[in-house]
Amino acid sequence: MSIRAFNLHKTFGNYKALDDVSIEVPEGRLVSLLGPSGSGKTTVLRILAGLEFPDRNSGGVVEFHGDDVTNVPAGKRGVGFVFQHYALFKHMTVAKNISFGLRAKPRRERPSKEAIDARVKELLELVQLDGLGNRYPSELSGGQRQRVALARAIASQPRVLLLDEPFGALDAKVRKDLRRWLRLFQEEIKITTIFVTHDQEEALELADEVVIMNNARIAQVGPPQEVYDHPASPFVIEFLGNVNRFTSGVGGPSKAKATEGKGVLYVRPHDVDIQLDESPHEYALRSKIQHIFSAGNYARVTLKRLGYEEPFEAEISRARLRELDLKVGATVSVVFRHVRLFADDRFLESDVREDGRLVEVT
Amino acid sequence: MAAILSRVRHDTVPTTNSATTEPTWVRWLLIAVTVGFVTLFLVLPLIAIFFKAFEKGLIPYFATFKHNPAYTPTYNPADAVNSILLTLKIAAVAVPLNLVFGLAAAWAITKFQYKGKSLLVTILDLPFAISPVIAGLIFILIFSRTHGWLGRALKGEGLFSRWIQHIDENIISLKIIFAFPGIALATIFVTLPFIARELVPTMQARGRDEEHAALTLGAGGWRTFFTVTLPNVRWALFYGIILCNARAMGEFGAVAVVSGNLRGQTTTVPIFIEMLYHGYGSDVNAFALATLLALLALVTLVLKNIVEWRVAKSREA
Repeated sequence: MSIRAFNLHKTFGNYKALDDVSIEVPEGRLVSLLGPSGSGKTTVLRILAGLEFPDRNSGGVVEFHGDDVTNVPAGKRGVGFVFQHYALFKHMTVAKNISFGLRAKPRRERPSKEAIDARVKELLELVQLDGLGNRYPSELSGGQRQRVALARAIASQPRVLLLDEPFGALDAKVRKDLRRWLRLFQEEIKITTIFVTHDQEEALELADEVVIMNNARIAQVGPPQEVYDHPASPFVIEFLGNVNRFTSGVGGPSKAKATEGKGVLYVRPHDVDIQLDESPHEYALRSKIQHIFSAGNYARVTLKRLGYEEPFEAEISRARLRELDLKVGATVSVVFRHVRLFADDRFLESDVREDGRLVEVT
Repeated sequence: MAAILSRVRHDTVPTTNSATTEPTWVRWLLIAVTVGFVTLFLVLPLIAIFFKAFEKGLIPYFATFKHNPAYTPTYNPADAVNSILLTLKIAAVAVPLNLVFGLAAAWAITKFQYKGKSLLVTILDLPFAISPVIAGLIFILIFSRTHGWLGRALKGEGLFSRWIQHIDENIISLKIIFAFPGIALATIFVTLPFIARELVPTMQARGRDEEHAALTLGAGGWRTFFTVTLPNVRWALFYGIILCNARAMGEFGAVAVVSGNLRGQTTTVPIFIEMLYHGYGSDVNAFALATLLALLALVTLVLKNIVEWRVAKSREA
């Protein structure tokens, strides 16, 4: 089931939650809606589910498999929805929760009691909760509740699965396990899936395609690798992980010099290389080491350029750290392997010349 | 060894933490004042009711409600029984109506956003703020056949009569004030906020997620209401019902204004107690009838505690 939604506008009172948002999800894909809180991602999801409707007369349309479902109520869209805090029915057992949708069907479509029991058993196995059908939600752990919510959402074989911050309320370890499990699960039942998250790591690891939202609009769409390597705006590059931001004293290749307006240069910490020789080339940045943090896979080195106050960070392997024998207070040369230069929020350049030449950003 | 242990225990279990707890004498004083007030104003009167009721033994007590040749009260005991029946009937009308209203109001307040909502919530509390006597007078002002706007208009008199024409004879002859409908209206008025007040915080705390979940699972409005919404608020609802019932049965002020004190016809239990006490019967009769209301209060308190315990338990889960 493919999903297409276009020209979505949504206002709550004076607050603009969505400003002309369009997204397209091909059949069977796992797509992530990623953005900071208040960016409108949950509103998109709720409009797709039929829990909210686009502003009247704004021209917003939701299509499932080419059929216009904009005005179809939630219960008739064939959508499975998993809520951020699970929204399990607390007074019902796990089995009753899972079978709720089947039991709510009109009499002639409703499966027999035996068929419902069999389906519940099958689903409990699928989400690895065999034998817990008679428990109440309060007797389960967070991860188990999440899987009950998932089983309940897919019990009636929906054509689309929508998940709102599905791992938001879980601790780090369970979160990681569960998202890998969800990936395998989604591949197994091949259901078109959209999930909302504010966690870039989660989005990049799990999704086939990432839709990044900011301020009620879509900032960028693309596969994880692509949005990470080619962020289209300062917002995207800053949102997708740690990045050093320079507004003066460095620049991209010569082209940047000609542009007017404010230029900003971004370098990811893992694209910063530290070298000991006085000057590998003319434009290397002489910097002083402020702090070394070496617990973890990589060592993080905080530096300050000579003559500048703002600190920046380099991420180097621990082997490299040992090899260089870096000490706090030492002066080193810094070279950028890969930069992104923006002027007035427009992307300008991304590569550093062979000679590492950097020009002033005005 | 034992000495060390006892010292350790002494050190790790502070008896009074002076930074966060009041000095001992302050605590005792506050407890004493509270217990003193509760005893003086709540416990002693309750004991006094039963004491006075059974002062002359069991025969006068039961003669209050049932004719007994051994002890003949100065009034017809059947009127006392009728007042009990009237009170039960009034509660049977007021409580279900408030149940429907309470659910509708709580739903309207918690599930939708609209202008004037806070005004609605404020108005809902009006019966709490207003004197019950005034509440009774409002209905006199509207329905009285000699003073009320509507009452007079129905008879073809007064300012509003020209808007009312061709009214059915049965409606014109319908008696509201000094009759059952008036007592029911006054009781409904004073008990109106009870159930809604209990439901609103619970519904607010629950949010709408579970209902939305039911919606996405294909359940219709009624099914969602009966299988999801109602079970979630059932204890708050029950709590509201018992409080509403206690007030409906015990209301005096508003009912006194519209009752008309027709013995055995428009006298509820509280009204009849007052009549007995002021000379219509004896003190024993008045207090004997009062024991029923006192028992109602005790039962309400016990139920309330059970419900609160259940609510606390379900919150933990």
